[in-house]
Parts: sequence; C-alpha cells; structure tokens
Amino acid sequence: MATNGIGSSVKRKEDLRFITGSGRYTDDIQLPHQAYACFVRSPHAHATINSIDRSAAEAMPGVLGVFTGEEVAADGLGGLICGWMVKSKDGSPMKAGPHPILAHRKVRYVGDHVAVVVAETLQQARDAAEAVEVEYGVLPAAVDVAKTHDSGVDIHDDIPNNLVYDWEIGDKVATDAAFAQAKHVTRVELINNRLVPNAMEPRAALGHYDTGMDAYTLYTTSQNPHVARLVISAFVGIAPEHKLTVIAPDVGGGFGSKIFIYAEECVCLWASKKVRRPVKWTADRTEAFLSDAHGRDHVSVAEMAMDENGQFLALRVNTKANMGAYLSTFSSCIPTYLYATLLAGQYKTPAIYCDVQAYYTNTAPVDAYRGAGRPEATYLVETLVEECAKDMKLDPAEIRRRNFIPKDAFPYQTPVALQYDTGDYEPCLDKALELADYAGFPERRRQSEAKGKLRGIGFSAYIEACGIAPSAVIGSLGAGVGLWESAKVRFSHTGKVQVLTGTHSHGQGHETTFAQLVASKLGVAYEDVDVIHGDTSKTTVGMGTYGSRSLAVGGEALVKACDKVIAKGKKIAAHLLEASEQDIVFQDGNFSVAGTDRSKSIGEIVFAALVPHNYPPGLEPGMEETAYYDPANFTYPSGVYICELEVDPDSGVVEIQKFTAVDDFGNVINPMIVEGQVHGGLAQGIGQALLENAVYDESGQLISASYMDYTMPRADDLPSFVVHTTAGTACTHNSLGVKGCGEAGAIGSPPAVMNAVADAIGTRISMPATPEKVWRALQKTQLAQAAE
Amino acid sequence: MTSVTMTVNGKAVTKDIEPRMLLSTFLREELGLTGTHVGCDTSQCGCCVVHVDGDSVKSCTALAVQFDGASVTTIEGLGQNGTLHPMQEAFRENHGLQCGFCTTGMIMSSVDLVKKAKEQGITIDEHYVREGLEGNICRCTGYHNIVKAVIAGAQAM
Repeated sequence: MATNGIGSSVKRKEDLRFITGSGRYTDDIQLPHQAYACFVRSPHAHATINSIDRSAAEAMPGVLGVFTGEEVAADGLGGLICGWMVKSKDGSPMKAGPHPILAHRKVRYVGDHVAVVVAETLQQARDAAEAVEVEYGVLPAAVDVAKTHDSGVDIHDDIPNNLVYDWEIGDKVATDAAFAQAKHVTRVELINNRLVPNAMEPRAALGHYDTGMDAYTLYTTSQNPHVARLVISAFVGIAPEHKLTVIAPDVGGGFGSKIFIYAEECVCLWASKKVRRPVKWTADRTEAFLSDAHGRDHVSVAEMAMDENGQFLALRVNTKANMGAYLSTFSSCIPTYLYATLLAGQYKTPAIYCDVQAYYTNTAPVDAYRGAGRPEATYLVETLVEECAKDMKLDPAEIRRRNFIPKDAFPYQTPVALQYDTGDYEPCLDKALELADYAGFPERRRQSEAKGKLRGIGFSAYIEACGIAPSAVIGSLGAGVGLWESAKVRFSHTGKVQVLTGTHSHGQGHETTFAQLVASKLGVAYEDVDVIHGDTSKTTVGMGTYGSRSLAVGGEALVKACDKVIAKGKKIAAHLLEASEQDIVFQDGNFSVAGTDRSKSIGEIVFAALVPHNYPPGLEPGMEETAYYDPANFTYPSGVYICELEVDPDSGVVEIQKFTAVDDFGNVINPMIVEGQVHGGLAQGIGQALLENAVYDESGQLISASYMDYTMPRADDLPSFVVHTTAGTACTHNSLGVKGCGEAGAIGSPPAVMNAVADAIGTRISMPATPEKVWRALQKTQLAQAAE
Repeated sequence: MTSVTMTVNGKAVTKDIEPRMLLSTFLREELGLTGTHVGCDTSQCGCCVVHVDGDSVKSCTALAVQFDGASVTTIEGLGQNGTLHPMQEAFRENHGLQCGFCTTGMIMSSVDLVKKAKEQGITIDEHYVREGLEGNICRCTGYHNIVKAVIAGAQAM
C-alpha cells in the first residue's frame, strides 16, 4: 500500500492555509465597490406589520437603498421552499405556509426579516437600520410544541392548529396486539432539547450582479452550493440557473445549519441588482442564534413491550416535533424519514409503530443539525432500553445483547422501512466493555463514594442511516430532488490530476481523503491530485455534503470516474502496446499486457491521450471522465458508546471520567480524519446532554442568544475520548465498503451520558443535565427518602 | 476620523479610522489580514485572538485606537522567515483543526498560554491546556486533538 493511500492517516492538504490564516471564507472576500447589508429584524415573535417608514433611514449617510417585503412581492419573487413533501396519515399533503425572503405584512418569529438596508459601510447600514420605523400589531405567540395545537394562535392562514402534518409509520395493529400480550411494558416521556448548531463561522453572503454580463454570483456559507443555485433560480426566481454562479469557498463548519437556503443570501443577491453594487452581509453571533435553523425540539412518549425475559416485542412512539415558524429546506423529512425509520435501533423488535405531529410555532425554523432525526431516535430508543433493563433487573449490556439483530440476519428488514445491509453488533459491545473496563466499575464506584461523589455508567448502542440517499426511494417518500453525486477526474499533459466533486468540505478534509482515494485508484502521486469543490461554475452539478454522504456517495462517484479513466486508458495502452484490449491489466498506475513485461505508465497513456500522434483511430482525445453515482441503499454505521461520570452531590456538577466510543464504519480511508469526526460529534452530543439548550420564553424571545447564555462545550468541559474504530462490516453496496462517520458521535453520545447521569443520581432528568437540575433532582430524592 | 499607528507583524502602519473601529475590523478590513476571524463579537469564542505587545487580546471587543503605538502580531506574522511556528506545525501534525475557523485564534492563544507557563514554571499537561483554552471555542474537534497539539507544540517551542 502506498504511504498516502487508502487506509493511511495522511496529514491534511487543507491545513497549511488554515494554520497560516490564509483560508478564504466568505467574509474574507472583498469585491470592488462592495456595499453592506444590515437586516431589520422583528423584535416580536408574532405580529402584523402595520407600516414601515423608511424615510429617515433613506436620508442617512451612505444609504444606497432600503427594501421590504413589498418590493419582494412587487418583483414577483417566489418564497423559500421545503423540498420534501410529507403526507399525513389521511394522505393529505403537509401544510406549508408561505416563506417570503422578506416578511410580508406579518412576522412569525423573533429575528424574522422585515427589511434590509444597504449602505456604503457596515456601520452606516447598521445605523440606518435602527432608523427604520416599523409599526407592529403584536399578536399572541405559540412557542411550546406541546401546547401549540390548542393555543388558539394561527401562525399561518388556513393551517388549523398549526399542524403541518400528522404522519405515521409501522404496523399499528401488530404493535397494539403485541402490547396486549406483553408481560411487561416500560414507558418513558422524553424531551429532546432544542439546540443551535453554532458553526464557528457565522453565516455570510456576498451577492454580485454583473450588469454587463447580466449574470449573478453569490458567495455564501453553504454546504451545498448547487442546491442553493437550484432553489434561488427555480423557486425564488432571482436569476436563471445558467446565469447564476454560487461559490461556497472555505466554510467554517456547518453541522447541517448551512445546508438550507436562507433569506439573507437571496436578499443580498437580489439587492445587488437593485443598487448595482456587490452586497455583503455577515451575521453577528446573536443574528446567527436568532436566524440559523435550529435542531431537535421533540416531545415524545415511548413504550416498549417485553416478554418475561426482557425480549422486545413491540415499540410504540408518539412524537410532537417543532418546525418553527416556517418550513426550512429539508425540515419536513427530519422528524419522519430520518427519525422514525431509525427506531428499530440495533434490535430485532418485531413490531414498531410511530406517529409524529409536526407543528408550527413562533420560533426560528428547525431543520437538520448533526445527526438530524437520528440522534432523536437514538436518544429515545437507548433511554427506553436502559429503563427496560432497570425494570427487568437486567444488566444494560445484557438486555442489549439479548435483543441485538444477530449477525446472520443481515440483510435485515426492519419494521420501519429500512433494510440494514450489514452489521455485527456484539463485537462493538464487547470491545466497548473491554475498553471501558466495565468489570472494574463497581470498584470505581466505591472509590467515588468514599470521596463523597456519585458515580454512574451509561450505555448507548446506536444505528445510523446515512450516505444519503437512494433517489428512487426518497422520491417515493416525497423528496423533491435526487441525492446522487457527481465526480470528474481530469488529467493535464503533465499527468497532474484535478478532481471535481459536487460534495462540499467545511472541515471534513475531502481535499485529503478524495486525493488519497484517487491516488490509490489510479496509481498517481497523492501530491499530484488536487480536489476542487464548492463552485458551481467549476463543478457542473452536485448535491453537497450532509447526512454523512460525501464518501459513501461522492467517493463512490469518484471511483466510477476513475474506472472510466482506466477503461479508456486500456484502449490507448492496447494500441500503443499492440495488444488486445482484453489483455491489458491495470495495476499501481501501470497498464500492462497480461503475462508480459510490456507496460505503459498512466502518465504515458495520459500524454498519448492529449498528444494523440499515435492513437487508436476513432477514439476521442483527452483524459477527462465524469461519473454520477446513485446509491442503492443507505449505509448503516453502528457502535456502542459507554460514558462513565461522577456527580458532586453538593454542587450538582457532572464530570465525565471516561467516554468510550466503539464504531463500525466499514472500511476507512483516513483513520485520523475519521477519529476526528467522532471526537467532534461526541463533543456536540455531550454538549446536548450536559450543557446546551436553546430557550424561548413564553412570549417567544430567545433568551439564550449569545455565548453568555447558550453554553457551548469548552475544552475544560470535556475529557479526552477513548475512540476505537473496529475492523467492522464493510458496506455491501458500494465498492469502497465505506459507511458515513460524520454524525455518529452526535447520534450515539447523548443517551450514554444521560443514562450515566440517571445511574449516578438514581433518577432520570431531562437534557441538559445542568448542575442546577442535577442538584434539584438529588434534593428531591433525598427529601423523598427522608420522608420514608 | 482618528489617526492610529501600530506595528503589525513587524511593519509600521498608520491609518485614519473611525474611532469606533474594532481592532479586528482594523486588521481585517484596513490591513487585509483576514486570518483573524470574528466568531461571536462578545469576547467569548476566541477566534479573533491576536498578540498585543506579546499578550493575547480578543480583537473583536477592543477598539483599534486603544492600541496606538502598540506592536500587534496576527496569525500571518506568527511564523518567521517563511517557516511555520512550532505550534502551527503541531496543530497540523496532530489534526488539531477541521474547518479552520477557530484555528488561528486557537493557535495564537496556545502560543501565549505555553509562553506564560514556561515563564512561570508551570507544567504543561492536559489539565493546564484545557483550563487555559477555556476562552477559545471549537465546534469541530471536540478539543481532543487540540489538547494533543498544544502539548506537542509546547515541547517543540
């Protein structure tokens, strides 16, 4: 194996620019004569816009224009869309209220975009934005997803009870029948706390209308610039697709929040034509809190039916999902197809039924955030399983082992639509038990008790469906797009390779991983491969990066493009070596005549293709191959996480002592990058469990809208992690045998932490397990014990 | 407008600026030193850390005019004569970065943290690094590899 090839922890190509401050993020880009936008945002969660007086703002220094929803409507622009049609139980389509890029006559959440001011400088734009006089008619707000149905508040016209859809999956009759015969039923009520993704780079956009070319360029913080181009052209209607270039340069983290098409980027592009100047906007952090799509926010009830041995017979779930004030780009599929389809977990539960009611509220839109539905499913299943173990007086490892889908049952059809192609869950559990020294836990607990501390241990065995997604399957479920990926491999005369991918890297290291992949497949030097992404004028089409799809889908497209290069190379080699094409074998960068020492290097073949003086008649010159790949199925990473922690009963402070993560990601291209992805996911999952919470008050004010109020995990909140990637089970339906690894950490870790907290304090509390909440729970328990 | 003079990365610069201009804006917009990032505007995340006369400063909540006459080093000036600073090298070697946005501030803070520890004879271990980087938020790495990088960088410094 080459030292830089598949399976090697190659240092990242992208790092040099980042460690030297030479990265090029959207806000770093300056165009000549650039102007600045500042948005006037609603201070109310729900209000009519009675009037907007912009005269004072327009008269202020440097102001180039003030625009409102009236101009947007007058220009006939369409609104932002939700690209996945989910149908209710009765077959009716989901109810999608209009989502204009500037609010029209009504605002629906704090931070909703009312107007935009464009000025010569940012400070002038900000000053003038404060001078825009908006008269609001304040309306009652619905904020809590559990109460919105009967709130009497109408967020959108003609959408009764704010209900977007009432959806179901699974076999209700079989599930109810299993419950009727169960020896034991364990029930939990759970809140999956609302989170703000908080990529460190705030969202930004720079729109530029070129008068001479009648063409538009948008620089934006996007995980999927091609999808942005599609939505902005086909639905919002600002520019035709062939006249619009969307560039997502270096992007400082996304975690889902930069998938979506947002109002601000549309407005900057549209306003650029109005003022005939490039228009830039960069969110400050509070704007990001208010207007980035949030994540999670479910309220659920779940019940597990068991026989006398703790075998799972059936799972029944009801979930209410908060969608916020508008349906964001992919929001509708998160609490349905990316959530309820994962409720089988790693278990052979024969019957499952879940119904989901999705509601509008007067809060920021909720959409995919790292894991997107799958953390919610895993938190529910793994909390319930731990409670089942407690109720049945079984060891938490044992009840899982007893219910695992056995290795010989794959491919395994779950009762909730998915078919797991491969998996083997017991080795992960065994390895996690070993690395966590589970056998030594009772002694460690005694030692903690001797210090006056409470020690707990918690498990989580997660399954994930990623590598999104087989187009025909998601199409039948209501998706408006296909989720294939494109790749191009092109050679220049000197044998250097440019790889163009429709995926986008915003921290994942594709420039490295994809170069390793292509170098390995084509036998060229790793240093000679350059990966290009994020510019719709360079990569024709693509679907971007989310759902841990880039390698499993985009990487496989690259393999197909490499295969085409090799196939063409064989024709050229056959001609040059005067052999039959069938006799040419390709290995390690050389085309050889089988059984002989006659061969040509790929460099020689490429040169012949570009300088075709001696060349197969009729064969096209050049060496540039494009391929598309549409996956046959999702990929199913799995793993077992064990969290061990200590609680100080005097302060309620939780300190993680050890976090062990064992994952099966199938084959791995770059172990260093994969481990890094797990680390980051774990931090976000532990953050959800212990620290993070997006809180709206009853009037709809976001009271956690800065880093002073929203607790981000910091270095001193976390331990170093014990991360182990098993040899695993290779994915059966892509040639690389790879699964996705980007979201696993965030999916698997919250229940492990919360199960450990429950184990330590003897009672179950909701996320985040803040010191106050833990302390209060302990006081309550102690009071109850004292009363006995 | 107010005139401000600083030495930035070893070069003297004088500019007429609005008195309300932040140091981060001065570096990014006036001098084009875009390696200094702004992540939160409230001194919380540390993406904007630069060195002023050798000490870490969060440049997003400091006015440029406060630093008239000062010597400022940004990430662009950390390496000397075209070579990387050992801390930069350590971040790359240990995969201490992913999206890169917090990285520049993280490296600047780490350099100062290690320098202070060495001056005060403090042992640079995991606990010290985690406590010391509490003012720098990273959303990608979970800090695991950042801690490794800083300890490795400290050994090389």
